[in-house]
Amino acid sequence: MNYHWNWGILLQQEPGGTGTYLHYLIVGLGWTLVTALCAWVLALVIGAIVGTLRTTTHPWVVRLGNAYVEIFRNIPLLVQMFLWFFVMPELLPTSLGDAIKQMPPPWGAFVPAVLCLGTFTSVRVAEQTRAGINSLPRGQRNAGTAMGLTSFQTYRYVILPQAFRIILPPLTSEFMNVIKNSSVALTIGLMELTGRARSMQEFSFQVFEAFAAATVIYLLTNLVVVIGMRWLEGKVRVPGLIAIGAGGGH
Amino acid sequence: MAGFDWGEITSNLPYLFGVGMVFTVKLTVLSMAGGIVFGTLLAMMRLSHFPVLSWIAGGYVNLMRSIPLVLVIFWFFFLVPYIWAWILREARPIPVGTFYSALITFTMFEAAYYCEIMRAGIQSVARGQVWSGYALGLNYWQTMGHIVLPQAFRNMLPVLLTQTIILFQDTSLVYVISATDFLGAASKIANRDYRLVEMYSFAAVVYFVISFSLSLLVKRLQAKIAVIR
Repeated sequence: MNYHWNWGILLQQEPGGTGTYLHYLIVGLGWTLVTALCAWVLALVIGAIVGTLRTTTHPWVVRLGNAYVEIFRNIPLLVQMFLWFFVMPELLPTSLGDAIKQMPPPWGAFVPAVLCLGTFTSVRVAEQTRAGINSLPRGQRNAGTAMGLTSFQTYRYVILPQAFRIILPPLTSEFMNVIKNSSVALTIGLMELTGRARSMQEFSFQVFEAFAAATVIYLLTNLVVVIGMRWLEGKVRVPGLIAIGAGGGH
Repeated sequence: MAGFDWGEITSNLPYLFGVGMVFTVKLTVLSMAGGIVFGTLLAMMRLSHFPVLSWIAGGYVNLMRSIPLVLVIFWFFFLVPYIWAWILREARPIPVGTFYSALITFTMFEAAYYCEIMRAGIQSVARGQVWSGYALGLNYWQTMGHIVLPQAFRNMLPVLLTQTIILFQDTSLVYVISATDFLGAASKIANRDYRLVEMYSFAAVVYFVISFSLSLLVKRLQAKIAVIR
């Protein structure tokens, strides 16, 4: 192949003057991780609430929860990203919409990206939460009721503490998915890792060095997250239970 | 919502569907076919008794599953012209166009996900089936082709189709290489006429209707298969 390799490019200055290209990519990784973490927290909160509501006995609450899940699951992530970035400010009251549009970079892209990834992932979390709650023996809920706990107390003290420990392993793979999915935010101008690899390629013409570096950084991140999550899983495992499996997807 | 221009949508329907949706559907169907074939081969490699084969397939699958699809799209978009030039012994990289670049990307990328599904499918077939195949004097390929894979496909059909719905949604990411798929067509009109709200809302509704209907069909199919078994 007629390609001029130049790995030294990673140690050369990038045109923005912030440092070397390698440093430029590492800062991108920082944005990837910050975006993913914020989105994950949002996803856990919304997903836990929606997933729990879907296990209640109120038919309309369950239907509303199902509708929420179907809407966010059946629209491509990129389209959702555009809805949050381009469409949402137009639907809000003018002053609020303008305030959002005038947020200085990178916040103007960061906030919609977090909202988009958070809600997108919350659907997966909701499914896992529901599966976790449904996997508990029915006797747990009955025991709560028999002890005189209200429905809310049964969830708070009996069901949810067990359910969350069961669903932690599948939730960790969702965190990896958020990290990968955050690359879609480059389409609305968030300069995260993939976005920076693309602009490095445009500045330096060293296409494969840029993408190879980004690939290696993603692989290392993956490794760190997997090891960290293994440790966490060991900490919260419920003794005597076989953890339930999780579905794929990306 | 006062200024929502329905005419903007109706007047551009031929372009949106005739050009954009045709691209999306062609890409989805061909990548699904290629991805399932390649993914099945990967799954057979992963389950093979030769450590080198299963190691290569496992490495490939884990690599593809660890990096974002957007990055994979960029990789192949720039890599394919070089590989093509190398095959044809040309000195300069040969552009292949966004469709073929996307087709290769999605075939290679989705194969990793189809592989995991097919691996589970092959493992769901009872071991005695393989033994009886060998006992009848069939070789590896005959046992696989006539006994194991048909059952594996049947067991995994709903999951394979669900993955294809995900693939259908993921094809929208070819936007990053400026391809004119359904979303790309909507985006081009949106930016030309400055009608972002109309175009992106319409795109969302169309994707939702198609994906949701397909997922309902898969559910019905799943119920049907479950009854027969």
